[in-house]
Parts: sequence; C-alpha cells; structure tokens
Amino acid sequence: MKVDFNIDIHHLPRVEGHGDIRISVRDGKLVDAKWAVVETPRFFEVMVKGLSAERVPFLTSRICGICSISHSLASIRSLERAMQITPPETARIIRLLAMHGETLQSHALHLFFLAAPDFAGTPSAVPLLQSHPEVVEAGLMLKELGNELSIATTGRATHPVSLVLGGVSKAPSKQRLAEIKQMIVDRKPMLDKATEFFKTLTIPDFVRETEFISLFDGESYPYIGGDLVTTDGVRRDENDYLAMTNEYTVEFATTKFTKVSRESSAAGALARFNNNYDLLHPQAKAAAEAFGLKPVCHNPFMNNVAQLVECHHLVADAEEIIDCLLDDDLRDIKADYKPRAGAATGAVEAPRGVLYHYMETDENGKVVKGDCIIPTTQNNANIHYDLHALAEQALAQGKGEKEVEKLCEMLVRSYDPCISCSVH
Amino acid sequence: MNHLGFDIEKLKIGSFDFTCCEGCQLQLANKESTLPEFLALLDIRNFREISSERLDDYDIALVEGSITRQDEVERLKAIRAQAKVLVAYGTCACFGGMNAQKNKFDKEECIRTVYGDKEIDTMQESHKISDFVKVDYSIPGCPVNKEEVERIVVSIATRSPISLPKYPVCVECKQRLNTCLFDLGEVCLGPISRAGCDAVCPSGKTVCLGCRGPADDINYDSFVQLVREHGLSEDEMKEKLAFYNGFAEYLNHEG
Repeated sequence: MKVDFNIDIHHLPRVEGHGDIRISVRDGKLVDAKWAVVETPRFFEVMVKGLSAERVPFLTSRICGICSISHSLASIRSLERAMQITPPETARIIRLLAMHGETLQSHALHLFFLAAPDFAGTPSAVPLLQSHPEVVEAGLMLKELGNELSIATTGRATHPVSLVLGGVSKAPSKQRLAEIKQMIVDRKPMLDKATEFFKTLTIPDFVRETEFISLFDGESYPYIGGDLVTTDGVRRDENDYLAMTNEYTVEFATTKFTKVSRESSAAGALARFNNNYDLLHPQAKAAAEAFGLKPVCHNPFMNNVAQLVECHHLVADAEEIIDCLLDDDLRDIKADYKPRAGAATGAVEAPRGVLYHYMETDENGKVVKGDCIIPTTQNNANIHYDLHALAEQALAQGKGEKEVEKLCEMLVRSYDPCISCSVH
Repeated sequence: MNHLGFDIEKLKIGSFDFTCCEGCQLQLANKESTLPEFLALLDIRNFREISSERLDDYDIALVEGSITRQDEVERLKAIRAQAKVLVAYGTCACFGGMNAQKNKFDKEECIRTVYGDKEIDTMQESHKISDFVKVDYSIPGCPVNKEEVERIVVSIATRSPISLPKYPVCVECKQRLNTCLFDLGEVCLGPISRAGCDAVCPSGKTVCLGCRGPADDINYDSFVQLVREHGLSEDEMKEKLAFYNGFAEYLNHEG
C-alpha cells in the first residue's frame, strides 16, 4: 500500500519554548525527520559583557524559568572559580538543598503535568484531575515540596533571591527547615503511590545507542561541579567543557547542536543515572529495580523513569541534608572577596542535564566574556537523530500517521526539553 | 461557580509566550495549594506549555515575554484581535525586561558573538508589547507574583476594579522589619520601585533591582541624593536601573 504523509507539528505543546517536528514519508519510506527549533534568540552571552560579576547570576538565572537556580549556581560557580572565591561549607550544603528543590519541582512538573497526559491519552493534566485525582494530587504535593525547599533556601521558587557570589546572603531558618523535614516525611508515601501509577504505564520499546554525558565525582550523585564523563569512557576536567560539547549550528534551528564521540550525545536524568548508578540513594535504587531500569539504558523514553528514580533520591537526600543543617549554627554562610581577573567554567547538573557557564572577569570584577551551554542544546542532536530512527522503526512496524505522530511527540517530550533556554 | 454570592462564568483564557524564560507562565502552575480552585475559575482554551488543546475562542489573553522578531509582532496582533482583554504578563512583556540589555549592543555583534557566520533573524531591540498593541492590564514582576495574578484574574472574573500598589517596595520591606540595605552599604532600588512583591529580594538580603518598574510619583532626585549621601557608586546605581529596562526614562536624567 502506498503511504504518503507529512507531519508538521508547529510549536510542540507541553514543552518549554517553541520547537517543531517535521517528518515526511513517501511510499511508506521515511524521507526526512527534523527537530526544528524556531525559538527567538536572546543573546545572554552578549548581555553579560560589561556587567558586574555579582549581578551576573541574577541575569543568567533568567535564561530559564524552570531551572533558574541551576543557572544562578552555574554562573556563581564559574565566577567564584575565576575570582578564586571559596564559599563556606554551610553555603555549599544550602546550595545543594536548593538544587534538590529545583530538580524535584521540575521533575514533578514534567512527569505529572507534561508527560503523564501522553501515557494517559489526554491533551493535558486537567482531565486527569477527574480520572486519576490521587495521582495529580501526589504530583502537586511533590512539586510543592520542591518549591518549598527552593523558597526556604533561596527566598523564592523561581529566580532565586539569596544565591550570591561567596555563598548565600541569608540562611534558611531552622524552624522552616524542620517544617520541611516533616513535609518530606508526610509526602514520601505519595511518591510511592505515584511510582505505583507509573509502573502501570507502557513505555515504548525503542533503543538507539548513544553516548551519555554527565558530571561525576565518584563520591556523591552529582549536582554541583565535578569531572565530565561519558558512557563511552571519556573523562575531562570541568574547564575542558568545549571538548565535551563541540557546538555547531544547523540551518533549520535557532538552537545549536553538540556532540562528543558520536554524531550526538545525551544529557539529563538518564545520563546521570547511567554514569552514577552506584551513587544513588538505596531507596532510589529500589525504585529503579522495580522498573527494571539498569545502567547503561539506551531507551530515551526511560528518561521519564530515571526522573522518577531521581525523585526518590532527592527526597531521601534532602531529608539527610536538612538534618545536617539543623545541626549547623548557620552563621558562616558567605565569604568576603575582592574582584580580580580570571576565567573558569562552572558546571552543574540542572534537572535536564549538564549546564555549563564559562565566565571571564577583568581586575574590576566586570565580566568580559561569557559562554553558556544548556542541557537541551546538548540533547538537540540526539532528539533529532532519535526522531529519524523512531519514525523508521514505527513505519517498519506498519504504524500509521497518527501513531507515528504520537510516538514522535512523546519521544521529544521524554527528553523534557527546555527550548527557550537552549536559545539563550 | 459562585464567588462572594455572585455567579461567575468561567473565564475563557489563553496564555501566550514570546521572547522570555516562561517563568511567569510557570507561576500559574505554582502556589499548588490554591491551584485546583484557581483552575476552577478558568476555561483554558489555549496554553501550549501545559496542554495540547488549542482553541481560538478565548476572551482573555495573558501575554508573556518581549518582542524581538517580526513574526512575533504578527502573532501578537492576531492575539490582540481575538482577545477582549489583553494582559501584559511579567516584566519582559511590560518593559522589554532584561532581554533589553542586548539593546546597547549592535545587533550584528550579538549575532556574530553567539552564532558566528550563521544568519539569524532578530530585531535590534527587545520591545515591550505595548510598543505594538493596546494593553488593557499590566502585571509586572520577574517573575509575576502568583497571588497578584490570582487577585487580578478574580477581579476580571467579577468585573471588579484592578489596581497595582502605588507605593514603593520600601513600604513592604519596612513591614517585614528588614534592615535597610542602604545601611548595609548597598544600592537598593526599593525606594523607587513599585511594591506588590512583598519585598521578596531585600527580605532575602539582596537588593531590589526594580523588576516591577517605577512606583507612582517617585522622587528620583531624592533617590540619587540618597545614593550620594551614602557614598555609593552611581555607576552601580545605573547598572541596576538598566537591569530590567523599567527605568529607561530615568537613565539619562541628571539628578
């Protein structure tokens, strides 16, 4: 049978930013599959030029509304390393808790409100309020827990207030930390309930081998700083980020593409999982086992499961970090510093994967050069080539236009892309 | 639904994003404790970030982001033509936002720095949406304050008057018993910026950068005097005034 169709999804819904999926099929054969990002560019790397270093994290955190804490901390880390500032240990722990809060709210938003409707066959999470109220409720409660962690540690859920060069400007109150610890204890059962729900969903069977890139320090599951590693065995220093990204432009997208050893590579929850499985909290490992998720997994749809596994890690680890802070006097939270000339990279694991900010300062502490490489930028090429392979596989299985379209949408969403951030 | 004894029709609402981080739209999904009630007020017709459904018969359009490309102007005009009420949502939409920091650089330099030789379509300046269409209400903030959004949306639903605080951030900062950041040696825009954020930044011991723009009837000369009296840097003051583009008209003002 002659099968001809074009799929042209303009501004893919339930992702952040504007991206199109373009696929054409002639005589049942795939002719073209593109991941075309059409977002407007914003030029943050130009905007930082001439700005005081201490103001930069407030600017760069506006690259993304979902992972503003990661952007703030990537800038802070790069500038602290450039200007040789060592933040106090207490500030380091508070920052880590802030990252946990952000990742938890981001993962909950993606899993329950952006991805779950795909699996349930609904256009949004709103119908799920009727059909699966307990799941939506669990999602909201986990997302709120993430936001409460962020508010307690940074002053606000989106665009942090108290993350500054040298440490943090204000420590969380012990009373608030104790309240959040209780919130964690109360909400853990909801995470278990949500896990039961996700176990009932069918994950599409699709594998395209790729190279997964993440941070790695060998001591703890990675969030702030460390070496850069890939599942193909590459290991580099944080400052060598260009060797791990190799950015290039493509004609059909306003975002850039990257690669390491192959035609594309992937960052994100699944990449972190694949590179750092041994460092996960035992409760998270148990959740992974329940889904049969083991490293190295090459099914991109399993990124959703890896995010859920990470939620278990985040909640368990946040509880331990809060205990640590409750034993601290929370006084030594910010180091003094003088501006100086320097250059360095700050890498953090944002919810969607490794995020690099490179900054150069002059002797007055003004930024003279900046470079930001966002996780979705590192996933774009992988999404692009995955789309091609997935569409071919689906056509070979005799799937029709609507099924191919749905699978392709789900595939892109499984990466939890943050497109407006990738065009920065 | 019923609110204060009035029967209210659900608001047919659309949410649209232009050049921005989408952090303001994200606020609609925050404040989880009131979210189901807030959603009950709304009939979401078009909200790409959370729903695949796209219907074009909305009455209210929340527009987020600044305008930086010609195709955005066309899209914005089409939204204006459909909407009975258009709300500029967040600092980028209200003032051009921190996206406007690129305005001081030549467009070609911006493109070359980020994209090298690749051709990229972009305007020289980041524009506020009122540069192109009539705006009925503005909700400033980077990001918007969800409580204020809820208040304004409920006011639209109940046809109640809508207003933003006229007074500066200092009022709210004092209510929270914070130490004044000027006394800690910092230039803070709290004395001249519009309140409504509950002084969230100074309460976290960082300065106000004026994301909500100028308060009504500000005394700019007195503010400059305050900076001078404290022996603080006027360059730093100007960097902060330029941060969100809300004080563009004051930047070349001789205080």
